[in-house]
Amino acid sequence: MMQDMAKFRGYRRAEPGTQPNHLQPAYVSSIKRAPAKPLVYLPHTLSETTGPSFNSSAIDAKASDLTRQGQGEPLGERIIVSGRVLDEDSRSVALTLIEIWQANAAGRYRHNGDQHNAPLDPNFEGSGHTLTDEHGNFRFMTIRPGAYPWRNHYNAWRPAHIHFSVLGPAFATRLITQMYFPGDALLPFDPIFNCTGDEKARNRLISLFDWETTVCEQALGYRFDIVLSGRDSTPWEK
Amino acid sequence: MSLQATTSQTVGPYFQIGLSRFYIDDLTGPGIFGDVIEIVGRVFDGDGQPVPDGVIEIWQADAAGKYVHPEFLQESENIQATDGQAEEQRRGQSAFRGFGRVSTQADGSFRFKTIKPGRVAAPDGTLQAPHIAVSVFARGLLRRLVTRIYFPDEESNVEDFALKLVEAGRRHTLIAKKLSDGRLEWNVVLQGAEETIFFEC
Repeated sequence: MMQDMAKFRGYRRAEPGTQPNHLQPAYVSSIKRAPAKPLVYLPHTLSETTGPSFNSSAIDAKASDLTRQGQGEPLGERIIVSGRVLDEDSRSVALTLIEIWQANAAGRYRHNGDQHNAPLDPNFEGSGHTLTDEHGNFRFMTIRPGAYPWRNHYNAWRPAHIHFSVLGPAFATRLITQMYFPGDALLPFDPIFNCTGDEKARNRLISLFDWETTVCEQALGYRFDIVLSGRDSTPWEK
Repeated sequence: MSLQATTSQTVGPYFQIGLSRFYIDDLTGPGIFGDVIEIVGRVFDGDGQPVPDGVIEIWQADAAGKYVHPEFLQESENIQATDGQAEEQRRGQSAFRGFGRVSTQADGSFRFKTIKPGRVAAPDGTLQAPHIAVSVFARGLLRRLVTRIYFPDEESNVEDFALKLVEAGRRHTLIAKKLSDGRLEWNVVLQGAEETIFFEC
């Protein structure tokens, strides 16, 4: 190999408490799905420091506006969700694929498995994607999703959220998360939001209301920055 | 003061809406060099029940052991075709993207058609055995699970950087089995006695 392995650097690992444990008994679905055996620590190799990417030809430019996917306007409160994808050293993550999906304003997903008796919206599919720009910035126009009930426990309701999937620069940085809204009364009761022990880390999943990106007479702005693992500062030692 | 990586959350049960646009179950295509393989498998939970709402993503090198990624770009530019076959191989590899994504079916099953990857370097200077990096997402998984697919009848498995980190009695969970029809079978057991090896990545 021409690669100089003495200089090989992996990606940093999470600080304790800043990522959820796999088993979260309060989140019932984790009980039979979380691994029971300890994970095996894998020093990163080229298989983990490289990763997939898509170029702009794969992207539908209209897919970042979730309010323009039907014949008419979807019902609900129009919002603009924007932010920046960066790494732990504040470096921009440029040209990476972001995919989002969400319930409609009534709290219903356009999915056969969602049997909640709230109405579907013929003008809302609930999915979008985009590439970050060269500075890591992204912007979606959508509607504010509704809360919805689920069967985790009696009278369980998910707080309003938008699912985010980010490829990042490497296999090691792959992230799927959820964005929440400030002031949501359901947040303290949600076992998924609360699965992260570190309160500050948990609260970074809550977007910020943002006047800067709010468009007069059009849509409220929310800001959600996404931080991916940074590069190890010290090379791999033999 | 550095930032901290955003905390992971489950993909949930309705990911199909958001992730299906980039489902890729066939990584082969015209001009892609290498041995075509088909990998089939199922995902099971701790009760042995199929997981019908999982997402499997794969990432792999091409047949020559190269990743389509900027960290390989400089190296690739240095490769000079020495003869026609090498040139064909070089052009063919550029068409290989290395990424696949599928959801599991009602019976927990999934399949990929791809090419067998070549060997890539480990940080200790050795060559890793051919392998495919795998991410597993599902309702109930708050973080993705990371694992690998290795190949049966592969002599280099015994000297592989990552397999050596795994206790001998569980290594078989990472190695696909060859079926009588030539396909490779590789299952994911999320929990239990036959639990698949998952890596802290």
